[in-house]
Amino acid sequence: MAVQQIAGIESGGAGTSRLAARGVTVGYGGRAVIDDLHVSIPPRVITTIIGSNGCGKSTLLRTLSRLLRPTSGTVVLDGEDIGRLRTREVAKKLGLLPQAPVAPEGLTVADLVARGRHPHQSWLRQWSSDDADVVARALAMTGVSDLADRPVDALSGGQRQRVWISMTLAQGTDLLLLDEPTTYLDLAHAIDVLDLVDDLHESGCTVVLVLHDLNLATRYSDNLIVMKAGSILAQGHPRDVITAELLYEAFGLRAKVIDDPVGDRPLIVPIGRTHVRLDEQSTL
Amino acid sequence: MTGTDVKASVTPGVRLGRVSFVWRPWVLCVTLLLAAAAFLVFCLSIGVGDFPIGLSRVIATILGGGEQVDKFVIMDLRMPRALAGLVVGVALGVSGAITQSIARNPLASPDILGVTGGAGAVAVFLVTVSGGTAAAVVSSVGLSGAALAGGLGTGLLVYFLAWRRGIDGFRLILIGISVSAVMEAITTWLLVTADIRDVARAQAWLIGSLDNRSWDDVGVALWGTLALLVVVTGVAFQFKPLHLGDDVAAGLGVRCTRVRAVLLLCAVLLAGVAVSAAGPVPFVALVAPQVAMRLAKCPTPPMAASGLVGALLLIGADLIARTALPITLPVGVVTAAIGGPFLIHLLVRANLR
Repeated sequence: MAVQQIAGIESGGAGTSRLAARGVTVGYGGRAVIDDLHVSIPPRVITTIIGSNGCGKSTLLRTLSRLLRPTSGTVVLDGEDIGRLRTREVAKKLGLLPQAPVAPEGLTVADLVARGRHPHQSWLRQWSSDDADVVARALAMTGVSDLADRPVDALSGGQRQRVWISMTLAQGTDLLLLDEPTTYLDLAHAIDVLDLVDDLHESGCTVVLVLHDLNLATRYSDNLIVMKAGSILAQGHPRDVITAELLYEAFGLRAKVIDDPVGDRPLIVPIGRTHVRLDEQSTL
Repeated sequence: MTGTDVKASVTPGVRLGRVSFVWRPWVLCVTLLLAAAAFLVFCLSIGVGDFPIGLSRVIATILGGGEQVDKFVIMDLRMPRALAGLVVGVALGVSGAITQSIARNPLASPDILGVTGGAGAVAVFLVTVSGGTAAAVVSSVGLSGAALAGGLGTGLLVYFLAWRRGIDGFRLILIGISVSAVMEAITTWLLVTADIRDVARAQAWLIGSLDNRSWDDVGVALWGTLALLVVVTGVAFQFKPLHLGDDVAAGLGVRCTRVRAVLLLCAVLLAGVAVSAAGPVPFVALVAPQVAMRLAKCPTPPMAASGLVGALLLIGADLIARTALPITLPVGVVTAAIGGPFLIHLLVRANLR
C-alpha cells in the first residue's frame, strides 16, 4: 500500500531535497546547541542522525520539524521557509513523532490514530468518511488494526510505538520525522519497529530518524548524519561514513568495524576494557 | 484482514450538511441524560420552599405559562437562587475540566489557580477590616465584585509567575498552590485578629452559599458564563490534540501556547464568576470533571458533561441543604459531603472491575 494513497500530495522528485537547514543556529536560553549548521535531507531514503548524548541531534530534529525556532538561519520545507508557514500547513506536509509520547489513560488506539487527522479538520468539519478511510489504512499499514478498540496504555511497548507511528501516518504526509522511535524497546521490538519504518520508506516516504543504537542506524539507513557538539562531523552512506576513526572522534568510542556477516553494511564491534583479547585492545 | 473490518472499528462520523463530527452515541446519551437530570433538579429546587409548588406548575411557569401567583414566587423569588446554582455549577464544572486537562492531572482544580484563595482573602479583608476605604469599596462594587477582582488578580498573578516560555502543568500547580497558601495565610490571619461578629459573616461567605440571591447577582454571572462558554466551545476543537502532549500537538498543527493561554484564561474567569456569585463552593470543580469522565467513559474530561455534572451537584446539594437536613446549611458543606463519597464510589467500582 503506497503512502501516496494516504498522503495524496505530490512528493519532490528525486534529487531535490524536501527538507533542509541553512545556516541554522539554535539554542536554549542563550546557549547555542547548534551553530551555523547546513544540512539537506535527501528524498525517499531513511536518514538517521547519530551522535553522542547532548550533541544536538534531537535539537536538530526539533528544529527541522519547527518545534524549535532557530535564532538565525532558516529551515526550508519543499522550497519554502518553514518559519513563514502556518503551523497547520507544516502539519499537512511533515509528520512528527516526538520522543516517548504519552497518551491519556484509557484512550483507544483508533481514537489516538484518529487525532492524526487534526491538521485536515476544522471546527465545522471534525470528522469525515475520508478521515475514517485514512485512519483505517494507517492502522492496517502498521499492523495494529486488530488493536483498534484497545486502550493504548494496555499495549506492549512495541505495539504502542506502532500505534504512534500509525497516528503520524494518519496525518497523511510522506515526510516523517521520528525522534528515537526505539527508545525503551527491547532489540526484537526495535527491529520490528524499524522494519515498519523501512516498509514506509519502501512505499515512498522520506524518513528522518534519531537513533541511539549505531548498528541499527547503520543497518536501516541509507544516509547517516553524524553530529558532534552541535555540528555535522560526517554525512553519507553508512559504508562510506562508518570507520573506527570516525567513531572515536564522534563518540570517543574505541571500536572495530567489520563486514556485517548477514548484510552488506559495516558492523560496529565496540571495544571496552574487559573480555577483549589483548591484541585488539591496542586498536587506535 | 479486509478493509471493511478495519473501517468498522474506526470511530464512525456523522454528516449534517457542511458539518461533520464524530458519532459517539454513549457520550451523547450521557450528556443528554445529565441535561435532563439537571433541568429536573432545577425545577424541583424551585418548587420546594415555604410555599410548595408542584413540578408541572413550575415547568409550565418557566415555559411562559402558569398562574400569576406562581409567576411571582417562581420568577421573582426563587429563580435567582436556582439559576445561580445552575450557572455556578456549570462554570465550576467546565473550569475544572479545563484545568485538569491543561495540568494533565486529576487533582488540579481552579482552586489551585489561586482564584478561590485570592477572592477569599479580599472578601474577608473587606468584611473584617472596618474602615473608610473598605466600606467605600464594598458600597461601590459590592462584596462579590471586589472578591471577583481579587480572585482574577490572583489567578493572573499565578499565570504570569508560572509562565516560562509557555505554561507547564507541574509548574502551574506548584506556583498555584504556593500563592493559594499565602492567600489562605492572609485569610486566617485576618480571621484570627478580627472582631468575632465579623468573623461569623466572613465564615459564611467563605463556605460558599446560594442564600439571598437577587436577579442583579445572577445577571452578571449568567451572561459572563454564557460568553465564556462560547469562547471555550470555539477553542475546544484546537484543544483536543493537547491531551497528547505539547510536542505531538504542535506536530499536528496546534499553536499550543496560544490555545492553552486562551483556555486557561477562560478557566480563571469562569472560576472567578462562580466565586463572585456563590462564594468559594468547595469540591465541585474537582469532582465534576472526574465524575463526568467516568459516566461518559471518556479518557479526558468532557467539557459539556463536566458542566452539567457541576450544575447537578450544586443544585442538588443546595436542595438537600435546604430540605433534607434539620438545620439549613450553606451549600458548600453539602457539595463536599456528596461529591467526595460519589467520586470514591466510582473509583472503588473501577478497582473492583
